Amino acid sequence: MTAAAAPQARPAARPDAAPPAPLVTRRLTKKYGDLVAVNQLDLEVRRGEIFGLLGQNGAGKTTTILMLLGLTEPTEGEARVVGLDPARSPREVKRRVGYLPDAVGFYDDMSGRANLRYTASLNGLSGRDAERAIDAVLDQVRLTSRGNDKVRTYSRGMRQRLGIADALVKDPDILILDEPTTAIDPIGVQEILELLQTLSRDQGLTILLSSHLLSQVQSVCDRVGIFAAGRLIGQGTVQELAARFIQDQATIEVEFHEDGDDAELAQRVEGALAALPSVTAVARSERVGRPWHVTVTPAAAEAEVREQIPAAAVAAGLRLIGLSPHVPSLDDIYRVALRRRAEERAARRAARAEKAAAGGIPTTSGDTPTTADKTAAARPTRHGRRSRRPRS
Amino acid sequence: MTATARPAAAAEPAERMTARVPRAGWTVVAGKEIGDHVSSIRFVVLLIVLGIAAGIPLYFAADTIRQAAERASEAAAIFLALFTIGEETPYITLRVDTFVALVAPLLGIIFAFDAVNSERHDGTLPRLLSQPIHRDDVINGKFAAGLAVIGIVLVAMLAIVSGYGMFRLGIVPEASEIFRLIAWTAATFVYVALWLAFGLLLSVAIRNTATAALVGFGTWLFLTLFGPLVLSFLAPIIAPISGATQEQVYSSAVFQDTITRLLPSNLYQEISVALLNPSATQVSAPATIGQAIQANQQVGTLLSLDQSLLIVWPQIVALVALTVICFGAAYVLFMRQEVRA
Repeated sequence: MTAAAAPQARPAARPDAAPPAPLVTRRLTKKYGDLVAVNQLDLEVRRGEIFGLLGQNGAGKTTTILMLLGLTEPTEGEARVVGLDPARSPREVKRRVGYLPDAVGFYDDMSGRANLRYTASLNGLSGRDAERAIDAVLDQVRLTSRGNDKVRTYSRGMRQRLGIADALVKDPDILILDEPTTAIDPIGVQEILELLQTLSRDQGLTILLSSHLLSQVQSVCDRVGIFAAGRLIGQGTVQELAARFIQDQATIEVEFHEDGDDAELAQRVEGALAALPSVTAVARSERVGRPWHVTVTPAAAEAEVREQIPAAAVAAGLRLIGLSPHVPSLDDIYRVALRRRAEERAARRAARAEKAAAGGIPTTSGDTPTTADKTAAARPTRHGRRSRRPRS
Repeated sequence: MTATARPAAAAEPAERMTARVPRAGWTVVAGKEIGDHVSSIRFVVLLIVLGIAAGIPLYFAADTIRQAAERASEAAAIFLALFTIGEETPYITLRVDTFVALVAPLLGIIFAFDAVNSERHDGTLPRLLSQPIHRDDVINGKFAAGLAVIGIVLVAMLAIVSGYGMFRLGIVPEASEIFRLIAWTAATFVYVALWLAFGLLLSVAIRNTATAALVGFGTWLFLTLFGPLVLSFLAPIIAPISGATQEQVYSSAVFQDTITRLLPSNLYQEISVALLNPSATQVSAPATIGQAIQANQQVGTLLSLDQSLLIVWPQIVALVALTVICFGAAYVLFMRQEVRA
């Protein structure tokens, strides 16, 4: 079966009712000495979806991906990729998973086509089969006209597209992309994201992509997992995550015409807006235009408050120039999630210190150092604390 | 594969379950590497270096050999003399075997010093390793490719020298001489493999290609030029001669000899002497007066190939062992390294 034949041969929706998730991890852990790169990861990517693994640099995304490919062995736990254990049968897994590494490289002195041909032959494709597959993937990433040029002459975006072609040439079931949009111009990013959507829609490919540019991938991911310091601190659709982390809150962005004294204006705005029912906070944002953020609890009252703001502004003699509901972005969710983890962790540390002071329990902590300790994400509550054992 | 698959996975089309996993990934890697080598600048270097190694000594050998041929009754194995007779200058010995001994390490390092670290640097290694091959296929393939390219050129060079000898000088080899030449070529192969493995080890251990090259050439230069020099300084310090008894002088000489034997270039040169010269009955300088007298009084005789091999068997074993150690170290290190940069 070649890549060329793939679209027809593989229906997007399978008839069998509940196919197993093609990508599952159970308590997957990777330690480098004392450093915990990935901590008790439970991940499930469903067939045919685009799953975004989001997190800062050093949060453990790449390590997770390497474990999924069997390129590095997990310290604990296990992964299942297309039903196989990558630690035990890495070659079978790698045959069926296309991988675009972070900062992908090519043999610069070879043409794009020759690079793909090498990959094809490593996958057991040769001769006409290989050429057909290469034609198909070059066409998909729109590099057909440049296929015979040396990779040296390619732009960054073209290299990235060639990288995707390289991952596709083996006709994979799953595509794993590590930071596919990093260091690419906005138009290039758009092209790549559209390509991924097309692949997911037309070929039913399951796609896992990692990124630290949250807002970029927000638009294409069916579901996302938020990663911090080796832990998954949230998993679901953007709406689900927003509901979980931003809770029952809504924000309205309000802009007023500014004239005269800043402090005086602030006083008047706060006086006018904070008095409205359901408004719990009024704060000025640092963004351009310095709009005001009005926090409304519960979220259901948002429309009602928005309706009342113009009247309140007029009554207070303010000149309203902008009014819009502020939709929480992935960045907001991420920030809130991180902050909450940090708070929980600090509280726990304080509690422990207190206990230690009272009962003389040694404070050598159960907190294992992590790659991004300053972000200090603690265990998601659903895991409980049962496996959090102190190191001696 | 099927044993670990979950039952529901059986819903997959059968042909996808048995997705082709190529059997011998190393042959694919080696094939690509050979292609790269042949079209690279280092291949030109290889041709030039081996061309010089063959051409210049041959020019002098041809001259000397004519004179030798006139005293043909005395000359043993005159065909092999093509490789061992040359011009002795104060600076360098212009003989094919010495030249090959000199340049083989250079070639080994040139063809391997950037094998792994350049892939790492260019970001091609994760892509390569995410293909369905074993991890050792990469290093095995690269080793095989380097050996194949150098080997082919080496054999071609020796064939040209032999051909020139037969065609221009009218020297026809005897069967025993051909076997000796083959044995010597095999030993040269091992010697090149040793330095190739050493270069590979450097390319795995040192991330920067330029540093790896410097360390490689530095080692080669040190062992070739300064190795014997350092030894002659070291030996008296460790086993002093001055005011020593006869036994101590003897032990010093033995010690020096032992250390010398650890130098791959010495091992190879001793193997060369024994294999290319059937009249050589010992490969190292006599260590005692008794041995010297014995060697002097020895009736000149020609050894058969197996007897010559027997003389240098320890050297051959040592050379093979060093090669295995170098490649083993490179292999283990590569297998244990993390994929990410």
